[in-house]
Amino acid sequence: MSQLLEVNNLRVQFRVKSSMASWLQKSESPFIDAVRDVSFKIKEGETFTLVGESGSGKSTLANAVVGLLPTASGSINFMGDDVTQMPDKQLMAYRKQISMMWQNPTGSLSPRMQVGDAITEPYKIHNLSDRDKQQEAKRLLNLVGLSARFQDRYPHQLSGGQARRVGVARALALNPKLIVADEPTAGLDVSVQGEILNLLNRLQDDLGVSLFVITHNLNIVRHISDRTAIMYLGRFVEEGPTDDIFVNPHHPYTLALLSANPEVTNVGALERIALKGEVPSLMHRPSGCEFHTRCPFAQELCATVAPVGIDFGFEYSATCHYPR
Amino acid sequence: MSKATDNVLSIRNLSIDYATQEGSLKALRNVDLDIPKGQIVGVVGESGCGKSTLISSIIQLMANNAKTTSGTVFFEGEDLLTMSPTKLKSLRGQRMSIVFQDPMSTLNPVLTIGKQMVDIQYRDKRSKSQKRQRSADMLAQVGIPDPASRLNQYPHEFSGGMQQRISIAMALQAQPALLIADEPTTALDATLEVQIIDMLKELQSSIGCSILFISHHLGVIAELCNQVVVMYAGEIVEQGPVSRVFKSPKHPYTQKLLECDPASIAKKTRNLPTIEGEIPNLSDLPAGCIFTSRCHKKTAQCEELKPKRHAVTQGATEKHFVTCHLESL
Repeated sequence: MSQLLEVNNLRVQFRVKSSMASWLQKSESPFIDAVRDVSFKIKEGETFTLVGESGSGKSTLANAVVGLLPTASGSINFMGDDVTQMPDKQLMAYRKQISMMWQNPTGSLSPRMQVGDAITEPYKIHNLSDRDKQQEAKRLLNLVGLSARFQDRYPHQLSGGQARRVGVARALALNPKLIVADEPTAGLDVSVQGEILNLLNRLQDDLGVSLFVITHNLNIVRHISDRTAIMYLGRFVEEGPTDDIFVNPHHPYTLALLSANPEVTNVGALERIALKGEVPSLMHRPSGCEFHTRCPFAQELCATVAPVGIDFGFEYSATCHYPR
Repeated sequence: MSKATDNVLSIRNLSIDYATQEGSLKALRNVDLDIPKGQIVGVVGESGCGKSTLISSIIQLMANNAKTTSGTVFFEGEDLLTMSPTKLKSLRGQRMSIVFQDPMSTLNPVLTIGKQMVDIQYRDKRSKSQKRQRSADMLAQVGIPDPASRLNQYPHEFSGGMQQRISIAMALQAQPALLIADEPTTALDATLEVQIIDMLKELQSSIGCSILFISHHLGVIAELCNQVVVMYAGEIVEQGPVSRVFKSPKHPYTQKLLECDPASIAKKTRNLPTIEGEIPNLSDLPAGCIFTSRCHKKTAQCEELKPKRHAVTQGATEKHFVTCHLESL
């Protein structure tokens, strides 16, 4: 499998204060780092999942990868070209190969647009006027398992699961190489959730598209993804093959996440690790290892020295002084 | 009536219709539900199964096109359906309170937490400083550090988990008899979810209230609740003690639902189980069992005859009920 996307030391900043205010308050930076020094790779036909709590920077990272947010430093290489340096015209071509499934399925569809128009809108945006829209709409709806009747429906006439399917159809319109799915199953019932995930898996097998999935539902990660990264305060704390992470997590935060997962049966459940305290604010990042304020295994060193990534081989790494 | 004293809430034969352009939509049908004192009762079911309608009828804040066609809702021995609006108003927020899914839209963004927590004690005759003290104590109980000074902060200055804990503190401030929690952990990640569950358990035992907990996360229900109610398309299909229902589910829908939970599938699979078919149209109900069209165990009589509620365990103290023909055999 060849490399599709390679992100190196990516940093995304947001301004939270005016320059004047920060100058008056001395030394305080007017920016916060929503994503800090993140590096990862996605291969062709692979599913990469990103797990982390709300506010950890998952969606920001996704938006930066798609080219919707400016980056402060670092590079995003897509099939050899750096997206961060692209002129607008080239960026437009890049966006044809990468598409997005938004978090809120009904909210991301225009309430005044019929489904058929919504899913063929990408052709209009990219000036592909030679396509037969009727025909394409039918083909796309068929791909996601909806009948052609849905062409004339409006978003409010769709159920949550159907709206998701329409979102998938729209994402597939331009035959992208990579689909970025932000919480593709949030708010869905277990049965419908299964349907959507099966659909994504099937499309990947048939079309060879790569998936970048953001979620905080650990139960589904195990079944859909090849590689997983755990994000905390805008950094990756652990990244590796999904199977290995679930069997033998190295970072205490990953361990806590996995052990905290409430399950119906207690078979195979880990001994629960309770995290103390609150998620620190991005404006005042803790010193040393940023997780030490909540880490049950933290020692003196953790409070002062920032750990570097430890490579366990097999493209598996964790950022911790005392990995489990 | 001894029944009313054991149960904080006792719903009998409750049916609610919505008037729509396509005719009347039967959102709830013949619902029987008891919430015993000091117990946590969980409700599971897909979206559109009537969970929200059930809540709105308990707090008696129903949509304009909703009509209660039959039944009673006894709360602390009195029927809410025939109660005067003034009396109802005095119950809401005082004897029963509610925590919603999204804490960000529950809290007013332009008022400080302290102002909001004091405001909702408007019925109390105490002085403002006493009310403030009470709010600070409540915040301390839900684990907010340095509560007295944090009362001066605005909602956006708290993290998502803290905001949800603040809404819980506000709901429990008046020491209600019943707390309704409508998917309070859906917006939170796994570690915070566990924090909230543990906290709810603790508060429940210290205050002694009952909790009606709505969720579609089966694991959370299993961990938190004593009793579970499984709803499908406006009907209760199975109810009983959590350990019993989740261990040996009797209704085909409950069985399927548990199978579909990705957490229960130990082996990695790219083809997750689903429940075939769609929820039936509630304005045009099938003659027989409501689950027939999607049931993998259906027989001829399921299509024609409505199943009755049966007790699975005869004579046991904790009743396990199921509404299915297969169990009547």
